Amino acid sequence: MKIVVCIKQVPDTKGGVKFNPDGTLDRGAMLTIMNPDDKAGLEAALRLKDQYGAEVTVITMGLPKAEDVLREAMAMGADKGILVTDRVLGGADTWATSQTLAGAIRNLEYDLIITGRQAIDGDTAQVGPQISEHLDIPVISYAQDIKVEGNSVIVQRQYDDRYHVIKAQMPCLVTALAELNEPRYMTPGGIFDACAAEITVWGRANLVDVEDSNLGLKGSPTQIAKASDKVRKGAGEVVNVDAAEAVDYIIGKLKDKHVI
Amino acid sequence: MDFTLSKKHEMARALFREFAEKEVKPLAQEVDETEEFPRATVEKMAKAGFLGIPVPKEYGGQGCDILTYAMCVEELSKVCGTTGVIVSAHTSLCCDPILTYGTEEQKQKYLPDLASGKRLGAFGLTEPGAGTDAQGQQTKAVLDGDEWVLNGSKIFITNGKEAEVYVVFAVTGKIEKKPGRFIKEISAFIVEKGTPGFTFGTKEKKMGIRGSSTYELIFTDCRIPKENLLGKLGQGFKIAMHTLDGGRIGIAAQALGIGEGALERTIAYTKERKQFGKSIAAQQNTQFQLADMATKAQAAQLLVYKAACKKDQYQQDHKTAYGVEAAMAKLYAAEMAMEVTTKAVQLHGGYGYTREYDVERMMRDAKITEIYEGTSEVQRMVISADLLK
Repeated sequence: MKIVVCIKQVPDTKGGVKFNPDGTLDRGAMLTIMNPDDKAGLEAALRLKDQYGAEVTVITMGLPKAEDVLREAMAMGADKGILVTDRVLGGADTWATSQTLAGAIRNLEYDLIITGRQAIDGDTAQVGPQISEHLDIPVISYAQDIKVEGNSVIVQRQYDDRYHVIKAQMPCLVTALAELNEPRYMTPGGIFDACAAEITVWGRANLVDVEDSNLGLKGSPTQIAKASDKVRKGAGEVVNVDAAEAVDYIIGKLKDKHVI
Repeated sequence: MDFTLSKKHEMARALFREFAEKEVKPLAQEVDETEEFPRATVEKMAKAGFLGIPVPKEYGGQGCDILTYAMCVEELSKVCGTTGVIVSAHTSLCCDPILTYGTEEQKQKYLPDLASGKRLGAFGLTEPGAGTDAQGQQTKAVLDGDEWVLNGSKIFITNGKEAEVYVVFAVTGKIEKKPGRFIKEISAFIVEKGTPGFTFGTKEKKMGIRGSSTYELIFTDCRIPKENLLGKLGQGFKIAMHTLDGGRIGIAAQALGIGEGALERTIAYTKERKQFGKSIAAQQNTQFQLADMATKAQAAQLLVYKAACKKDQYQQDHKTAYGVEAAMAKLYAAEMAMEVTTKAVQLHGGYGYTREYDVERMMRDAKITEIYEGTSEVQRMVISADLLK
């Protein structure tokens, strides 16, 4: 079985979010991590590899330093890493990103493609399903459990209050939730091997069946007008009164603020 | 000379730090309070490959270098000295002598299970009358047919009851050094848990590293196969000294981590703690103390990493000497750990003296690093002997 896992290097929001003066993320000033949903997707692929034997290829689109996240994935057990990087791909929205990744994946043989549900820096949850559309294969999103049976995948697709069990024939794309599993640690030996391994680097010329008009900033129908950090909430106020008194108190406060 | 860590070492450090913070730190106080061996943590470390870091891949290890191993012990010890010494004793004192002196059959038989963490290792040299003076050994091994028969006991054995493979030293005869002057002939053996005649004595009640399983090993007509002799007959003293040279790098890394951990906590605490209307970090006394602590910790780190890199060179060429560097690293790092943790408690004031705060445990844990695997006095003997040879 051949599995392709799409991963993304994202800012570690635990260390705080920093912005450039133009409102875009100052990625250089923030520590980076592997996107948590992607990491769960990678772990799912590695478990399938442990169980059934599989070749796991990780692929990412990004700046040259995104190579680090590929090496991390390889130190966890992925077999190959592919970095898609090119100036013309910069500024891509989900449409241009999915076009790029699909164009790269067309070079590969695959039975299963796993992506994270969404990245913590964009939260769109669009790239995975869009890749499946471009490649004309089925997609099962929000996977909370993935099993392989013969030529099919059996996935529990999560909803708020239930899950559906969906079976699809491979090749197929699955988007994974962070709660799918507890990803393994890298191993020290894995790190040494990953740092000695060759990373395949692809640019625009390596993308198959993709129009220039669908790439990078120019190929992106959506543009970010402005981004900002969450407005920090105050500590709030705690009042110890009974329910009836509390209602009056809250209504009073809301009237003071002209909310009601 | 370049003091920058390579990419792979940076990644390995990040891994050890993440593991230590997530898996080890939350249990450190409990392990100390209950004096229970952290078996579940050891199993997680085994899974992550931490128990065979410098063991070559052909024997099931990670195939990494000594520097990576030292960083692992350092990062674990920043949060829990007990966990640091479990890895150090297993790797330096059991895997290393088998790797260095074992026959191919012994390496194939023992290293894969040790390196994967399936079985934990220990080292039995110390006896009631043989600490710094290894010649004081009383444990005897006598060849009887195809078996060695061991009688005697070993004390203060780290990983004592939790290990399954032990490198044990015993007197096998005497050698005439000068006409009429005899010294004991010491040999090394591999002994497995469960061998009839091999039992455990009392568990030590210790000041620090209280989760570490420190036991007495008792051998009563314990018969082990002839082929479990490690190295050549009479090579025991050399094996013990070689092993301890490497072990000192592990303990130096443990001491380094304890000191660094105490410093990290003290920096955070002094910024938070307010007296006289400002944080105590704003007081010049605190600033000067922190500066001294950080400088000494950094100096210790350089000595530890240098000793580790020297041993790495030895692993390549089997010539490079690293014993003096290891002794200097252990001497300095252990004394740094004691000084830094003592200052850390002082800067924490009354809170630092309570078991609510990590620095109290760290100060107790630091003390042992000046004692085991060669006291600070022994390190001074090793260093000065080299200077005056």
